[in-house]
Amino acid sequence: MSENAEMENRSFEQNMARLEQIVALLERGDARLADSLALFEEGTKLVSLCSGMLDNAQQQIMKLRKGPDGQLEEAPFEEDVQQ
Amino acid sequence: MEKHIYAVSELNLMVKTILDNVPELENVCVRGEISNYKFYPSSGHHYFSLKDENGAIRCVFFKAQASRLRFQPQNGMKVIAVGRVGVFPRDGTYQLYCASLQPDGVGDLYVAFEQLKEKLWKEGLFAPEHKKPLPAYPETIGIVTSPVGAAVHDMIRILRRRYPLAKVLLLPVRVQGPEAPPSIVRAIRYACQRRAADVLIVGRGGGSAEDLWAFNDEQVARAIYEAEIPVISAVGHEPDVTIADFVADARAATPTHGAEMAAPDQAELQDRLQSLRLHMLRLQSSRLELLRRRLENLAAKRVMTDPLAFVEDKRMLLGHVQKELYHAAEAGLTEPRRSLSALAASLDALSPLRVLGRGYAMVTDEAGQVLRRARDASLGDSIVNRLADGALHCRVERIVLEEEKQ
Repeated sequence: MSENAEMENRSFEQNMARLEQIVALLERGDARLADSLALFEEGTKLVSLCSGMLDNAQQQIMKLRKGPDGQLEEAPFEEDVQQ
Repeated sequence: MEKHIYAVSELNLMVKTILDNVPELENVCVRGEISNYKFYPSSGHHYFSLKDENGAIRCVFFKAQASRLRFQPQNGMKVIAVGRVGVFPRDGTYQLYCASLQPDGVGDLYVAFEQLKEKLWKEGLFAPEHKKPLPAYPETIGIVTSPVGAAVHDMIRILRRRYPLAKVLLLPVRVQGPEAPPSIVRAIRYACQRRAADVLIVGRGGGSAEDLWAFNDEQVARAIYEAEIPVISAVGHEPDVTIADFVADARAATPTHGAEMAAPDQAELQDRLQSLRLHMLRLQSSRLELLRRRLENLAAKRVMTDPLAFVEDKRMLLGHVQKELYHAAEAGLTEPRRSLSALAASLDALSPLRVLGRGYAMVTDEAGQVLRRARDASLGDSIVNRLADGALHCRVERIVLEEEKQ
């Protein structure tokens, strides 16, 4: 439970890094059986999590502009305003 | 008529007035080679001579006009100067007041480009060891370009298709004109100060060499070099090369290509994820298979299949030990037995019965005490003469003592 929440809070990059680490550990094959089963389970979860992150991603496109107070701020970028 | 005597300045002024009124001298183009070149940074003016095989003319290039100069004049450089010929009354010389200067033969942009490239290369701005790797999975991709035009749309389209996971932050800048370089420099510095992105794409779509000029600007090059965020330069089309391309951490041929370099492709990532999953599955099942085989091997051992095997083994061992013990005991008894029979034989030889067998008799009193001397008996005593096969009970009737010899 908390492990899942932790995974979901991590960035895609962190999850990929963890996944690659798990694969490397499994490849070494010297983990204890119980540990390797746990690693395998975590790895499988990470695969579906990362895959899901990609599937569900909605790209956020922001544009830097001068706000009313003269400070730079990010605002959604309207792509089709002009050409 | 007496000749008029001029003051020097009066004479110079007269010559100046004459020259100033020759329309051909108002705007002349002169080809020559630069010599005696001097630049005064404090005033911003350039001074030099133009010469050919037979002559030379002094030239001055004032700051106001020279600010548009895109290359660094050098002695020996062949140039075409455009300007006005006039007199400098203080020295009584005439000179060319330059309005523009360009290299003879090659474009001035080209020369400026080569010169800046050389300078920055010498300073180490293009050093490969300074180049930063691009992040594999950027969370925010910064785009430093014009908010209008095809380039920004191409880049956003590519990023949306390849890697929608990343946020795209557009830092709008001017990409041509004199405002472009400072605006690009500001955007790069802003992004770095705020850590506003994990990677920056700096670029614009195609155009003429003049259009792309902002990306050959020295300040832009330095801003890219100093950026802590990895920078991809993505300027113009394939054959266009800018200083930004050399100094950036990665060079893209076009803005579209820049977007492709900035982010992984989600389709490829999905493939990779699935192959990682399969790989893990294979690793794990082969690991389990290996363990299972080891387990089976252990389970197949005799000790595990035959519970009495242990007892049988021990029993066999015991039998073996018993046999050994027996043999050892046998060997140990033979020698004593042999010496025993030898002893018995010698004992037999010493037996008084054997002496009696040879014709001797043993005399005892009635109590069985052996009589060794005649005087031990008295007249009338009953004595026993023991022979080999029996005893004679007798009475002492006479005692004859032999003379004792001492």
